[in-house]
Amino acid sequence: MTAPPGLQVDGLRKRFGGVSALDDASLAVKPGELHALIGPNGAGKTTLIQLVSGAERADAGRIVLDGAVIDGLPMHRRVALGLARSFQISSVFPAFTVLENVALAIQARSRARCAVWRPVAGQAALFEPARRVLDVVGLGARSDIAAGALSHGERRRLEIGLTVATGARLLLLDEPLAGLGPDESARVVALLRTFKGQAGILLVEHDMDAVFQLADRISVLVHGRVIASGVPQAIRAHPEVRRAYLGESTA
Amino acid sequence: MASTLHIGLRPLPTLVLVASLVLLPVVLTAVDQPFYIVLASRVLIYALIASSLNLLIGYGGMVSLGHACFVGAGAYTTAVLVHAGIGSAWLAWPAAALAGAVLAAMIGAVSLRTRGVYFIMITLAFAQMAYYVVVSLRALGGDDGLVLPRRTGYGFGLDPHADMTFYYAVLGVVVLLMAGLRRLLNAPLGRALQAIRDNDVRMEAIGFPVFRIQLAGFVIAGATAGLGGGLLADLNQQVSPSLLHWTQSGTLMVMVILGGAGRFLGGVLGAAVLLLAQELFSDVTTHTALGIGLVLLAVVLFAPAGLAGLWRQVAR
Repeated sequence: MTAPPGLQVDGLRKRFGGVSALDDASLAVKPGELHALIGPNGAGKTTLIQLVSGAERADAGRIVLDGAVIDGLPMHRRVALGLARSFQISSVFPAFTVLENVALAIQARSRARCAVWRPVAGQAALFEPARRVLDVVGLGARSDIAAGALSHGERRRLEIGLTVATGARLLLLDEPLAGLGPDESARVVALLRTFKGQAGILLVEHDMDAVFQLADRISVLVHGRVIASGVPQAIRAHPEVRRAYLGESTA
Repeated sequence: MASTLHIGLRPLPTLVLVASLVLLPVVLTAVDQPFYIVLASRVLIYALIASSLNLLIGYGGMVSLGHACFVGAGAYTTAVLVHAGIGSAWLAWPAAALAGAVLAAMIGAVSLRTRGVYFIMITLAFAQMAYYVVVSLRALGGDDGLVLPRRTGYGFGLDPHADMTFYYAVLGVVVLLMAGLRRLLNAPLGRALQAIRDNDVRMEAIGFPVFRIQLAGFVIAGATAGLGGGLLADLNQQVSPSLLHWTQSGTLMVMVILGGAGRFLGGVLGAAVLLLAQELFSDVTTHTALGIGLVLLAVVLFAPAGLAGLWRQVAR
């Protein structure tokens, strides 16, 4: 059997002490699709991102990216193969300028990423693609200030920019809308929409309006298990989902 | 570009600094104080060693408390080579650097799997192991160390025992390595090291092999310290286990913090100030360490960027 392209997560399990965070979780993200992962707090969404990105090891299960088994690989190898994540709490380089932040992500995939001679400053091959990414995420005008001086909303967009700049074909976005006001939120939703078709996205998000606006497909994670997977209309109508999750918040 | 990371080369101050260092022995000879040429050589060597530790602590965020063992590895390598009849600096100094690099690769490969206070403790533990190995090896002279019957030579009819010649050899090595260090820090690897210092998790998440990059930095610092050790062996014509003692690692760390961790000339300034203070005040008082302690306290409290950062702080 040849694996289909995209990301397949199969039978993932993870226990922390006596607590089961993920229990036989499976889902698939097709190339270019925006696949939302929803579920109540503590359902295991962030754990799934941790395992798929390589930050932690699964107790059991298999992760396949474009036909290649990637569980067991360290995180940086998974990035090189085209799988990158963002963080729920913005994780940037505060002392580096916004442009230098993104240039690092470009440097990571350049052949001379660990060269010891030619200065980074003035390497157009790093900074030009970085500027393009900043234009996409709407930080072009802020490129020369220190990332530590950005507002929360700008930091969230830099977080996305860093993830996109890796050139990954599959992005794991962990609550990109966390803590954003309505204006900033709408901005990021519009940004995510532009990525559709270009990269596969596994989106973990609590904002249901955004999820149902954006997602091509939705998987619902409850108690470490994917209880339903399908197009938004089907998920909305799914009785088990309504009972387990949507009923609690959106009614 | 508004980058604060790129270490620029301001031609005029650099030229003035290097020119003064070149002229220093001539001036000292003219005023009949040749003794200070030896002191100046010592300051230069420690400036190099402290700068290599600054690469780890200031730029790499790797707070190592075992740096003296790489100095010791280089010093003993040079001493052993001289005893074995290999008396060329062209061989002995690179060998000293290689010894520092190999030891750093072994210690780093284990230590860099830990973080924070555990890293400090494990580097200290390895360095103390190296210390006791040297003390207990009769071939290395045990507690007494080894005496070098002569310094390593440079060829071209130069006499390494002439203090001025030795000074210029040291100056050449130190200037060359500091230029190389600047180059490294501005290059992709240097950027990556500083980014790992700021956020190692994010570096891994954008695709950098964090462990390997840190190990590369650790080995480069170890090699530089090893070379510094080789120079020290020649300077003193003697090596002893005290070179590897953990208090030496502590002194090197004081130099870096005093001068300015993460400032390009931090190690140089710290080494110069500490050694000159010890020298100048040792005639006046036996309590030099107390004075240095107070100065260090003041620096940590009021000038966290060290002496190198002080003038920028004042200018603001």
